Order: sequence, then C-alpha cells, then structure tokens
Amino acid sequence: MSETGIGARVKRKEDHRFITGKGRYTDDINLKGQVYAYFVRSPHAHAEIKSINTAKAAKAPGVLGVFKGEDVAEDKIGGLICGWMIHSKDGSPMKAGPHPILAVGKVRYVGDHVAVVVAETREQAKAAAALVEVQYGVLPHNVDAAKAKSAKGQVHEVAPNNLVFNWSLGDEAATDAAFKKAAHVTRLEIVNNRLIPNAMEPRAAIGSYDTGDDHYTLYTTSQNPHVARLVISAFHGLAPEHKLRVIAPDVGGGFGSKIFIYAEEVVCLWASKRVGGRPVKWTAERTESFLADAHGRDHVTHAELAMDKDGKILAMKVNTIASMGAYLSTFASCVPTYLYATLLSGQYNIPSIYAEVDAVYTNTAPVDAYRGAGRPEATYVVERLVETAAREMRIDPAEFRRRNFITSFPHQTPVIMCYDAGDYNASLTKALELADYKGFPARKAEAAKRGKLRGIGFSNYIEACGIAPSAAVGSLGAGVGLWESAEVRVNPVGTVEILTGSHSHGQGHETTFAQLVSDRLGVSIDNVSIVHGDTDKVQFGMGTYGSRSGAVGMTAIAKALDKIEAKAKKVAAHVMEAAEGDVEFKDGSFSVKGTDKKMAFGEVALAAYVAHKFPTSEIEPGLKESAFHDPTNFTFPAGCHICEVEIDPDTGVTQIANWVAVDDFGSVINPMIVEGQVHGGIVQGVGQALTEGCVYDSGSGQLLTGSYMDYCMPRAADVPSFKLAFTETKCPSNPLGMKGCGEAGAIAAPAAVINAITDAVGVKDLPMPATSQVVWNALQPMKKAAE
Amino acid sequence: MENFTYHRPHHATDAVKLMKAAKDGKFMSGGMTLLPAIKHGLASPSDIIDLGGLKHAGVAVSGSVVTIKAGTTHAAVADDAGLKKAIPGLSKLAGGIGDPHVRNCGTIGGSIANADPAADYPAAVVGLAATVHTDQRKIAGDKFFTGMFETALKPDEIITAVEFPMPKRSAYVKFPNPASLYAMVGVFVAELADGSVRVAVTGAGPSVFRVPDMEKALEKGFSPDSISGVTVKADDLNSDIHASSAYRAHLVNVLARRAVEQAK
Ligand SMILES: Cc1cc2nc3c(=O)[nH]c(=O)nc-3n(C[C@H](O)[C@H](O)[C@H](O)COP(=O)(O)OP(=O)(O)OC[C@H]3O[C@@H](n4cnc5c(N)ncnc54)[C@H](O)[C@@H]3O)c2cc1C
Repeated sequence: MSETGIGARVKRKEDHRFITGKGRYTDDINLKGQVYAYFVRSPHAHAEIKSINTAKAAKAPGVLGVFKGEDVAEDKIGGLICGWMIHSKDGSPMKAGPHPILAVGKVRYVGDHVAVVVAETREQAKAAAALVEVQYGVLPHNVDAAKAKSAKGQVHEVAPNNLVFNWSLGDEAATDAAFKKAAHVTRLEIVNNRLIPNAMEPRAAIGSYDTGDDHYTLYTTSQNPHVARLVISAFHGLAPEHKLRVIAPDVGGGFGSKIFIYAEEVVCLWASKRVGGRPVKWTAERTESFLADAHGRDHVTHAELAMDKDGKILAMKVNTIASMGAYLSTFASCVPTYLYATLLSGQYNIPSIYAEVDAVYTNTAPVDAYRGAGRPEATYVVERLVETAAREMRIDPAEFRRRNFITSFPHQTPVIMCYDAGDYNASLTKALELADYKGFPARKAEAAKRGKLRGIGFSNYIEACGIAPSAAVGSLGAGVGLWESAEVRVNPVGTVEILTGSHSHGQGHETTFAQLVSDRLGVSIDNVSIVHGDTDKVQFGMGTYGSRSGAVGMTAIAKALDKIEAKAKKVAAHVMEAAEGDVEFKDGSFSVKGTDKKMAFGEVALAAYVAHKFPTSEIEPGLKESAFHDPTNFTFPAGCHICEVEIDPDTGVTQIANWVAVDDFGSVINPMIVEGQVHGGIVQGVGQALTEGCVYDSGSGQLLTGSYMDYCMPRAADVPSFKLAFTETKCPSNPLGMKGCGEAGAIAAPAAVINAITDAVGVKDLPMPATSQVVWNALQPMKKAAE
Repeated sequence: MENFTYHRPHHATDAVKLMKAAKDGKFMSGGMTLLPAIKHGLASPSDIIDLGGLKHAGVAVSGSVVTIKAGTTHAAVADDAGLKKAIPGLSKLAGGIGDPHVRNCGTIGGSIANADPAADYPAAVVGLAATVHTDQRKIAGDKFFTGMFETALKPDEIITAVEFPMPKRSAYVKFPNPASLYAMVGVFVAELADGSVRVAVTGAGPSVFRVPDMEKALEKGFSPDSISGVTVKADDLNSDIHASSAYRAHLVNVLARRAVEQAK
C-alpha cells in the first residue's frame, strides 16, 4: 500500500477549502446583473386558487416581474416529472398528478409554490411577495398516510382515493401457505416516521439566460447535474441540452434531497429569460427548506413473520402505506417499491415473502429518497420483526439470527435481489465480541442498582448499493440507466485530471478518487485533480446517490485507467525500443523486462504528447481515455450494529451507552473517510430513532416542526464514541471489490436503538422518535401494574 | 424584515425619550430574541433603541445581596466567581441557557423583559424572591411576571438591574426541550435566609409559578422525600408536540426532588 494509495488514511484534500471558508457554493456565486427571486407559497394544505392579483407587487420598488402558473403555461414550460414508472398489481400505471412549477388552479400542501417575484434585491423581492394577493377556497385536507385512502379531500383528480399505486412483490399464495404451517407468528404495526433532510447548505439556484447565444446556465445545489439538464431539457422543454449548462459547484450536503429536480431551479432559469436575461438567484431560507425540500420515510406498515417451532423463518408478509406527499417527486415511486420491498429478506434465508405497498397522496411536502431511501424502512421492518420474534420465542436474538442467516452465495432471495457475497456470521461474531455481549447481564444488573433500565438491541442490516445495472432498473420502470462515466486526462507533465459523472457533496471524492489514481499510476494524490459537477466540462454522468460513486463511479475510472496504462505501454515500448509485451508498469514507472531500461510515468506522458518518438500513424498522440461502466449487479453492504441504552425511568430519557458497528463494505479505499460516513450515518439514524419527527397538524395541515425550535436534530452529546470494525468479503461485481458505505449507518441505526429501548423497557414496540415523553408513556402502565 | 431606525443612547433618560418619541419603538439588549422576531416578521418596530450604550453590566456581591445589572450577559453571569460562591444555583442556571452564542449576547434584562414561558431566569427571579430594578421603581419578583410574554413593565420602562437576596441554599434543575434547549420544565428550589422555602417552576405553564404545597412540605423537612407525594395539577400546564401536560406535571415533581437534593 502506497502512502496515498488504496487503503491509506489520507486526510481529505477538499477540507482545507471547506474549513477555511473557501468553499464555493451556489449562494457564493454572484453573476453580473444578478437579481433575486422570492416565492409566494401556499399557507393552506389544500385549496383552490380563486385568483392571484399581482398588481400591487408588480409596482413595488425594484420589482422586475411577478409570475404565476399562467405565465409558465404561456411559454409551454412542462411540469415536474417522476422518472420511475410503477404499475399497480392490476397492471395500471401509477397515477401521477400534474406538478406545475408554479401552481395552476390548486395548491396541495403548505409551502406549495404559487407565484414568484423577481426583484433587484432579495429584500425587495421578499417585500413584494407579501403584496401578491391570492384568494383561496380552502378544501378538505389530509396529512396522514394511514388515512389517505378514506380522506374527504382528493389531492389529484387522476387519483381516486388518493391512491398512486397498489403494488406488490413476491408470491402471495406461497407465503399464505407457509404462514398456515407456522408454529409461531410475530406481528408488528410499524410507523417509519417522516423526516426532514436538513442539509447544512439550503437549496439554491441561479438561472441565467444569455440573450446573445440563446443559451441557459443553471447553477444549482444538485447531486446529479446531468440528470437535471436532461430533465429540464426533455420534460420542461426549456432548451435543448446543448443550449443548457448545469453547474453544481460545492454542494453542502444532500442526503438524497438534492437528487431531485425542483420547481425553484426551473423557475429561476425560465424567469431569467422573462426579465431580459438577467441572472435570477434564489436561496432557500431555512423555513423554506423545512417546508419544501423533499421529505423522507413516512411509512405505515403491518408486518408478519412466520417461524417453525425451532425459530426458522418460513415466510414474511408486509403491508405498507407509503406517503408520497402532495406530488410525485423525481424518484419518489421507486423508494417504497424497488428500493424497499426488494430488501425485505434482510440477511436471512426466507423461503417466501409477499409485500404489498399502497402509495398515497397526502397534503404534505413531496416525499422522496433520503439517506438509505427505502432500505432503512426495510431494515427497520425486518430487524424489528426478527428481534421481536426471538423475544417471543425466547431464543437469544443473536442465536435467532444465526439460525436464519444466509450462508452460501450467490443467494437468490424471493424478492428479486441476488446477493453475491457476504459473511453475516463474521460480522455478528465480531460485534458480539466488541460489545461484550456476555457481560451485558452484569451491566444491566449494575444499572438497575443505580435505578436505570439498561437494554441491548441488534440491527443486522443489508442494503443494495452501487445503483445499478441499467437493464435491470429499466425492466423495473426506471426512466434512465444507472451506469457511470469517467475520463482520465494525463497532462504532458504527468499530472492527472479525472472527470467524473459522480458528484461530491461531502463524500470526499476529491481524495478517494485521487487515491485510486495514485494507486494505479504511482503519482502522488497532489498531482491528481477531480473535476465534477459541470455539464460543460464533464461527459454525461448519472451523479451520486445510493452509495454508487465508489462501486460504479470509481469502476468507470478504473476502466479508463486500464486504457491509459495500455496506451502508455505502447508509447513506452516505442520510446525504449522494446516489444510492447516486454514493457512492465509498476510503482509509477515503465521498464523493459530483463533490461535496466526505465521510464517514469511523467516521461511517458510527455513522450505521448511530444510525439516525436513513435509513429503517430500507428499510435495517436496524447494520453486521454474515457470509459462508461454499467454494473452487472447491485452491491450488498451488510453488517451488524449493536446499541446499548440506559433509560432513566423517572424522566424517560434514553442515553446511548455503547455502540458497536461491524460493517462489511468490501474493500475500503480510505478507512478514515469510511469511518466518517459510518459515524454520520449512525447519528442520522439515531436522530430518526430518538429525536427527529416531522409533524403536520392534522387540524390545520400546518407543519408544526418547521424550525430547529421544534425539529430536533441530534447533537454530539446525544451519541457516544462509536466502536467501529470492518469485516471484508470482496464484492465480486466490480474489480475493486467495493460495496459502498454512505448509507449503512442510517439504515442500521434506527432498529438497533428501538430494539435496545424495547428491551430496556420491556415493551413490544414504541413509536419513533422515542423521545423521553414516548418512553415515559410506555413505562406508565408497568408502573401502575407494579403499584 | 421592515426598515427601522437604530439608536444607541448612553443614558437611560435619553433612551426613554427616544422611546416616547418613537412610533413603535423597542428596546434592545442582546437582540437574541428581538432580532429573530424581526427577521421572521413577527415584530416590525419603527425604532430600535439599543441599551448596550448604557453600560449596565456587571455582577456585584455585597453583604447578603447579589445585584446583577440588566445588561449582563448570561456568560458573564455564569463565569462570575463571586456568584458561584454566593448563589451557585443561579450561576448554573445562567450557564445552561441556550448555547455559547446566545450566552455571549443574551442578557438577564432582556430575558426577564421578554418573559418567555420557557425561559430560565424567571424561575430564579421568583424562586429567590428577587427584586427587579427599573429606571422608575423597584418591582418585587413575585409581581413582575404577569402572563405569557407579559410583565409589569410599562412600555417605556427600562430594567436596570435584578437584586437577588442570598439564600441558605438553592439549586436549579432544567429539563431542556431537546430541540430548542429552552426549558421544557425548569424548577428552582431555594431555602431563603429567613428559613422559608420557594419552589418556582418555569417552562411548564403559561408563566412561571410557585408550588405552595411543596414549599410547605419542604419547610417542614428539606429533603426530596418530603415532596415525593406532592404533585401539581396537569390541567393548567402546557401541552405541545414535545410534552403533554401530564408529563410536564410529572417532571415538575422529579426535577423539584432533584433540585432539593442538589441544593447548596
Ligand atoms: C438559540 C437560542 C436558544 C435560547 N435558549 C434559551 C434557554 O435555554 N433559556 C432561556 O432562558 N433563554 C434562551 N434563549 C433566549 C435568550 O436567553 C435571550 O437572550 C433572552 O431571552 C433575551 O435577551 P436579550 O438580551 O437578547 O434581549 P433582546 O432580544 O434584546 O430583547 C428581548 C425583549 O426584551 C426587551 N428588553 C431588552 N432589554 C430590556 C431592558 N433592559 N429593559 C426593558 N426591556 C428590555 C426588548 O425590548 C425585547 O422585547 C435562547 C435564545 C436563542 C436564540
């Protein structure tokens, strides 16, 4: 292992820029003649728009234009789309209601975008927005997923009973038959609480129309600028792709919420032309982030697990209602279907599984992928069921899992996925050791002496990452392929530029991708730069989400590096007057077998560009290669998290006493970055389990958790120091053996926490977030019984 | 946010004059409450009269009294060595307000003038039988807080200091709202110099309140067990997405017992 190669704990190259305040985020960019947009948003959860009077606002100081849905329609700008077609059980396509970039006729959630004011300054735009007079006719609303199908109000005309689709996966008859033979059935009603993503950088956009070239540029907070360009071009019809440049500069966290194409960015682009080509900037206020970023989770599930008398799982049945919010966001439909039900087998050998999912509209912000996207929901169902089943059958939960682990690979689950490699026993065993599982009863007894309730909980998660084989996702309804692209440009002096279709918004690609290059070409990471996030610079790429940048993005780079090596060998062979087959490349230099002839990588690069010493009729000058990589399978990171909690029965406060995470991510490029990803993921999952919960008021439809005064993000003091370890089974479907690590913590953590709390309290279930009030409530019946 | 005129007078009398002249003036100390309110459009004063120029800051311990000038920041109160010895419970209360940013700007005068039902200081003002000094008069702590965000202050009246008599022992125990870190419930318990006991509760109701049954029980025997059976009625307490009134009522008892235990 070289100092900066694969496996090295290299400090992140990009952090100097970030922590010295030199990051260049969208809001940091100011274009000449820039003006500002401010959105008029719906104060109602559901209402008919009777009229919009913009006259006063239009006359306010500094105002250049006030626009509404009709103006958009006039220019024939299309609405927002959902790019994944799901068909219901009965074969009918999902019911996608129209989603105009400025409301037409109706508003469907508090925060819905109704009109926009463009003015010289942000303050003027905001002040004028308050003068836009909208007359609403309030309609009945519903914010609750469970009640959507019988709600009085219908969110979209195309969707009777607010049903988007009724989808199923698996063999119902076989599952029913297996349940009939069961010795024990465990049942749970599970709510996967709705979350608000809270990226540190709020969404922002600058749309700029060049009247000279009839060309648009969009700066935006995107995880996938090429996909944004494609959608804005093909569906909104704003401009053809060659007339539209999308730049996603430094992006301060996404967690999924910046995958999607949002109304605001399209409006800024479109409005720029309307105001004569002056660049239009919008930066979300934090309140807007709460109201109008796509939210996550929001499932209501009934789940059952059937066992034989020895605790072997026979079958699983899951019925889920998934809220889509008021509109179908860009990838909303695949989250509670193909990213969810396909993972219901967990780490276990389950002969039959049947899942049915009702996706419903509610009068809330759209719901889409959020760190883990479907997989946290699946893991929560599986790991809560398994833990509960073990307790009900009085089998040690670790032993129960062992009895049911998948142990031979490849393993075809009954829900599409074919797991290629893993060793679930290894991670469990290591985790039990690190957590000192044997010592738990003594710790529990000691805690009891102090008046505290101690509990332990497991979460043996699995996820499907490295998203995804294009043909596979295509057959399941995806509107795009999920390959990735790379270009490697070697400069004449041997420094290297990597152009990647992946996008870094906190993941550290500028470091890890450079480590791959360093490893392969023997150059220092200081001589490698990573270029991403600009459709004018980088070839088409699919962006970053679903822990795909390593497994898919880096594999594309590795393939291009193979081509670089092959070409460089040809050049080196000519320059050193040797047969190509005799040239070896090692540690950054080319040598001729059996001689002392040697050329450094930089020398070969120079030779390739100078092109004096080889026939350019046979070998083209230059050293630049590109590759597209389409994976052959998903990757399957898996692991075991063990959480130990201590609860104060007087107040219901839960303290996490200990956390062990043993993850199998395949090969690890930079352990420090991977550990950082695990830390962040766990904290996000702990947030879901203990503190975070998005609440809409059922009576008014207002978002009650619309600021940090009420929406509780976890803080450093809420978590202990984590004990992390890795086990490794290489991923067979990519040459680097990587599986991905970005979402694991958030997927694993909630079930571990709730399993630990239910163990401590001695209840079957309690809702997330398990705040002190929730835990205290759960303790009351027991206290009464004891009295 | 609306435009406003900013003033920074150096004397209380000038401040009052400015206030009288203003159409809709607001005094400002640390701005930690006022500025967010303005930014969110919840307040739009015509004039801001910054009291920072009055140089009303400092903690003085003399004899049996601690006087904290109105413009003293929470951080300065928490760090004051004399106060740590004189009334450790009050020192700890100040150190537990919000976060470092808020503690370095927010002031005791601003806090009690604002009378947020979830603020910490009101529990100490009532629990220690403090006296609020203004540019016009002295107001007994018990009479100062009149309701949710309401005080006995007149619109042009400036708090200049708060005078706390030193108790025999006291403690403040806070159960923070996990999101905002304000008090979901906070209980200040003090045994005063004359042997009387005060239990003042903040965060739980619309405004700070005392619990006479606990006070009586503690006067008989100052121990946690004396009040283990003394409960407050949930009916009058706040209920929101963070805590039900029943839970708050329960916490009042738990925190009061802990405060008695910690009192020094
Ligand atoms: C993130 C955050 C967390 C917080 N957490 C807590 C907490 O845990 N506990 C807690 O108790 N508080 C908390 N606060 C509130 C904080 O203590 C504020 O500083 C305090 O409420 C107001 O003090 P200020 O000096 O900033 O007053 P300002 O904001 O300047 O003024 C507040 C009000 O008081 C009036 N006023 C100010 N000074 C005077 C005066 N001398 N005479 C008369 N009227 C005056 C103003 O006109 C205004 O109406 C928090 C605030 C924030 C922003």
